[in-house]
Amino acid sequence: MFEITAKKTLAEGVVEMTFKAPRIAKVHKPGQFCMVMNDEDSERIPLTIADSDAKTGEVTIVFLIVGRSTFELASKYNVGDTLFSVVGPLGTPTHIEKFGKVVVIGGGLGVAPIYPICKGLKEAGNEVISIIGFRSKGLMFWKEMIEKASTRTIVTTDDGTFGMKGFVTTALEKLRGEEPDIARVIAIGPPVMMKAAAEMTRPWGIPTWVSLNTIMVDGTGMCGGCRLEVGGQTKFVCVDGPDFDGHLVNWDEMAIRMKVYGYEEKHAVETDHECKIGLTPVRK
Amino acid sequence: MTDKIDIVALGGVEPGKPKKARPKEPRREIACQDAKARIRNFSEVALGYKPEDAVYEAMRCLECPRPRCVVACPVHIDIPSFVGLISRGEFSEAAKDLRKYNTLPAVCGRVCPQENLCEAACVLNDTNPGNPVAVGRLERFAADWVLARENGTVRQAAVEPTTPFKVAVVGSGPSGLTCAAELAKLGHTVHLFEALHKPGGVMMYGIPEFRLPKAMVQKEINYVRSLGVVVETNCIVGKTFPIKEVMNEYDAIYVASGAGYPNMMRIPGENLGGIYSANEFLTRVNLMRAYDFPKAGTPVKKPKNGIVVGAGFTAFDVVRIMLRLGAEKAGIVYRRTRKEMPGRGEEIEHSEEEGAFIQELRNPVRFIGDERGFVKQIELQKMELGEPDASGRRKPVPVEGGNYIIDADLVVVAIGQSPNVLIPSSLPNLSTRWGSVINVNRESYMSTVPKVFAGGDAITGAATVILAIRAAKEAARAMDAYLHDPKRKWFPPEVSEKK
Repeated sequence: MFEITAKKTLAEGVVEMTFKAPRIAKVHKPGQFCMVMNDEDSERIPLTIADSDAKTGEVTIVFLIVGRSTFELASKYNVGDTLFSVVGPLGTPTHIEKFGKVVVIGGGLGVAPIYPICKGLKEAGNEVISIIGFRSKGLMFWKEMIEKASTRTIVTTDDGTFGMKGFVTTALEKLRGEEPDIARVIAIGPPVMMKAAAEMTRPWGIPTWVSLNTIMVDGTGMCGGCRLEVGGQTKFVCVDGPDFDGHLVNWDEMAIRMKVYGYEEKHAVETDHECKIGLTPVRK
Repeated sequence: MTDKIDIVALGGVEPGKPKKARPKEPRREIACQDAKARIRNFSEVALGYKPEDAVYEAMRCLECPRPRCVVACPVHIDIPSFVGLISRGEFSEAAKDLRKYNTLPAVCGRVCPQENLCEAACVLNDTNPGNPVAVGRLERFAADWVLARENGTVRQAAVEPTTPFKVAVVGSGPSGLTCAAELAKLGHTVHLFEALHKPGGVMMYGIPEFRLPKAMVQKEINYVRSLGVVVETNCIVGKTFPIKEVMNEYDAIYVASGAGYPNMMRIPGENLGGIYSANEFLTRVNLMRAYDFPKAGTPVKKPKNGIVVGAGFTAFDVVRIMLRLGAEKAGIVYRRTRKEMPGRGEEIEHSEEEGAFIQELRNPVRFIGDERGFVKQIELQKMELGEPDASGRRKPVPVEGGNYIIDADLVVVAIGQSPNVLIPSSLPNLSTRWGSVINVNRESYMSTVPKVFAGGDAITGAATVILAIRAAKEAARAMDAYLHDPKRKWFPPEVSEKK
């Protein structure tokens, strides 16, 4: 089970990996995620399912190397290797129906999860305008796939090396001037980007949904580690989400909760690296 | 591996001679790791009986003709029988005898609250109060004896089912494992589905290593596999395996998904960093072995000053883990008094030996954070006991003006768990109460959805391992009758209100 069938580096630090998970591939819907464990001693990390194929029984994830687990996954696991555990699909699928004109925003790594959402929305008869943003041209990936899954696609880069110069919100603001009848916005990416998009659409009164990727242990509603205040109530991202109304998310709390293990994460990476001058990491 | 047991040298019953019970001798204590040593490790605290201890203790049993202990045991283990076998040196036979009644004796010997069940009923209490036969320790001894000798030899057995019926069991905790084992023994094909990456449910994620070694749990699961039960991990029924497909593929389903959804306090500041549900804290430490971080990949915050809210089994497990993680201070705050604490006497005692403090009649009303968003203090309200409430315990009532603030850099909320909503939410016609507790007919264990049986914490809310096992055994019998019934008659619970 969970044999890796394809792997490629999409951009610096961004890896696409496909593995066998027939049960998950058969039932996966856009917006859902899976929990992945590299080996028996690894942590369980939540990763959004970026694509799946029920016929071949394959599931594709795209991840960013941010800590020890993702570093190991990227560096030690290759085609033919087997992952210890993958469980899913988890979370409530993205709400898909015919809304009319929908803007789907993907920032950085968030471009991967919007792919199945664009596809689903387009199949449901929506006009899908996607905005995908990267820091620079060299970090761009899945542009053609997103274009295929959308009615039209706008690319932005922070440094202007490709497409429109600026952030995804720069493009959103401009687009709103051209398209006054946007029925819905979906934004997936770093929390700061999702917050910025939600704040921009708030005065316009456009329903804006975001997908949160908080820290989780089990992903099934058991630990509550992913809990977050949404609309004044504590919600579990794993079962109540991961999609939430971006206008109701307590973004400050989100920022705090994402950093809870900052110290431990750093410690883990440092202990993996054998110091050449004999220093050992010290607990604060 | 065969052992020669010289039962005469061990002080047991001589072969061919009748037993001369020695009830008046004092109960044999169990050796424990020293408190100072054990808070530096996660190894088991109670070390277990040696053969001579077990034979000594077994010799105390009168083997009463009408044993009250058997009545008091939720699964009615024939206690005099297995204890008698120990006193005759037949340790493996004693374990076989136990397994007729209980699939998980090594677990129950450790975590069952015997002091309220079999041992409370023991006739020796009448003449020698506080000195019943140590049934739990003997159960553990016999179970460990046989598991140590089966180790490595028990594999998935190619047991041929003798009936054409297929059963799916959801959840591999005590109830799921027991039901699966019983149904396999009855000749059915049994597939057991577990959401996590390891089977064992609460025995793996909930109960800590120092109270229930995970290796013992895995050995008990190997035994269940040896009966022909096929275990599939990483499979969430209702998500990975849609419930409609399960219902098409199997003749019956037993839902034993436990009570794994944490209750939170819903007070200000609860989402600060450093505040955990008991489930999260325990899962990180027990299942993911965060105490071995960074060797194990999952981290956990290590407290200097840890506080647990609540006083059940779980709360004591948590406070003892905090001490083992190196806490300078760790304790429990509880809104009632020591007398009302649901935790086991032995656990409370062990916790205090290890240095945990207990603050009675205190209830948190607010958590206070530092500039980084981590908890640093708790505002506690003083409480007093009022009239008895629905649970029969005196209800805690706030004392006006009695609020004060204490320091804490790690807080664990251990105020109870509810069943997960995953199964109920994927079965719209499944009747539940309190949002997620599945309603079943208490004789047939049938729910309101044909084919779907349920048991364990999923039908009661969080309770004990032994009650979950009892439900599983009774449900297995009911399921067997249903499977063999050509009309497949369904006896759902009487439900006044739909979900």
